[in-house]
Amino acid sequence: MSSYLELQNVSKHFGDQPILRDVSLSVQPGETLVIIGESGCGKSVTMKLMMNLLRPSSGRVLWYGRPVCDLSSREVVRERLQYGYLFQMAALFDSLDVFENVAFGLRQNTSLSLPEIQQRVDACLKDVGLRPELVSRKMPAQLSGGMRKRVGLARALAMRPRVMLYDEPTTGLDPIMSDVINQLILRTRDREQMTSIVVTHDMHTVRKVADRVIMLYPLSRLQPDEPQIIFEGTAEEAFESSDPRVSDFVRGDAVVRLKELLAS
Amino acid sequence: MSANLQVDTRDTFVHSIGRMVIDMVALAGDVTLFALQMVGWLLVRWPRGNVLWPVMYQIGVLSVPVIIVTGGFIGMVLAVQAYEQFALMHMENQLGTVVNVTLLKELGPVLAAVMLAGRVGSSMSAELGTMRVTEQIDALTALGANPVAHLVVPRFLACFLLIPMLTIFADGIGVLSGWWFSTQVLGIEGFHYWHYSRNYVNAYDFWSGIVKSVFFGATIAILSCHRGFHSRAGAEGVGRAATEAFVYSFVVILMLDFLLGFLLMEFYGVMWPSQAGLM
Repeated sequence: MSSYLELQNVSKHFGDQPILRDVSLSVQPGETLVIIGESGCGKSVTMKLMMNLLRPSSGRVLWYGRPVCDLSSREVVRERLQYGYLFQMAALFDSLDVFENVAFGLRQNTSLSLPEIQQRVDACLKDVGLRPELVSRKMPAQLSGGMRKRVGLARALAMRPRVMLYDEPTTGLDPIMSDVINQLILRTRDREQMTSIVVTHDMHTVRKVADRVIMLYPLSRLQPDEPQIIFEGTAEEAFESSDPRVSDFVRGDAVVRLKELLAS
Repeated sequence: MSANLQVDTRDTFVHSIGRMVIDMVALAGDVTLFALQMVGWLLVRWPRGNVLWPVMYQIGVLSVPVIIVTGGFIGMVLAVQAYEQFALMHMENQLGTVVNVTLLKELGPVLAAVMLAGRVGSSMSAELGTMRVTEQIDALTALGANPVAHLVVPRFLACFLLIPMLTIFADGIGVLSGWWFSTQVLGIEGFHYWHYSRNYVNAYDFWSGIVKSVFFGATIAILSCHRGFHSRAGAEGVGRAATEAFVYSFVVILMLDFLLGFLLMEFYGVMWPSQAGLM
């Protein structure tokens, strides 16, 4: 069975600044892959490349074994709907209320009637622990950070994707709300048999949801011939890694990094 | 001997000019591609009413107060400035001619467009720039919508259709304010004011102003949306996009005003050779 999502030797640079170099990874059906790494190492760029929101400078992205670059633009739009994306700051549309935000993809891509859309939106809001009668008519600016994330998740789930991509889902949330989001990721995975890709630097999330962990390292601190993925394994293996770059990161030990920063 | 290629990193005045020219050509090409993409979507998918009407309300209805103020003062300023010159030649009674011709052909469309570039263009650019930096444009793409079709086409249509209408409104207000100031403050006879206006202002003057405003509307929409779409991160990036939207629109409006003024005059000379032309 071909993997749901695959990057083959993908590199990405913005102008003169390289972000990713020769990165290859694949995501198997039903697994939860967590990508960790320092800020600026290219985690979010990797997610956007997976969704074809950015195009690689070189290398290929494959959806269900098919190179995205070989798909027509209409096929890209259709196939992309199988991937849900929870953005870092939720990216709710400011000018639309919660109901319209969650209904947006349904209105855009399906021929569902208004009662059917209403039913689907209410169900998705309930799934993420929100009461439709209380939040549906609220504007995004009236919501707390945790509520915005949950509405963003409901919006992605409304399209019934087969793969969910979470870009730093717990960033900026208090520990309780972070755990709520982690539980929702697990619940979604278990109920919908969902394949999940999570980008985070929250080790709580890693321990809780990861089947497999990949760690990216910033190109600026790598030698030209070193691979950018410096670790691949389970969460437990990450915590027991003998590579100081991995173990320092997962334990939050900044001594070596501070020395590097002060030296530079 | 192997070729030794080196990047020229000198930074003389000539190099700076060269880099600026290259950047300008690249920008012009990028804007052209953006405009073509927008026209492509305009031809295949007309925006839904629930998307188009709020944009039209924002651009059209909410611009009316600005247009009233602009049109009103242009008419009065023209009357004040022209009166002194005409009075020296004892031709005050013909004041209506110069006020109305200048207003309909030139200052009405240009000043209305400049005001709208400031109010509408900057706001569109800031709105789209904010959507860019908060990933809302990426979210549209992720949800199967094309951002150009969903965000740019309605704004283009609203500017393209409503800026000429706002220009007609500004012209009307300017004509009335010029008449009011000339007759009530400067003491010119209303009969003479309208008599000379009727004799010297023709429909072509009016329509040439409207043709210009159609181009100005399209320019404001395309440039403002383009800058918003290419906004850099942060508050500074969005602010810069809004400023660029106004500055670029203003410069292109002035260039188009000259070009269209010349072409329309030549066209008039070709169509009606017995009348005056430029050459």
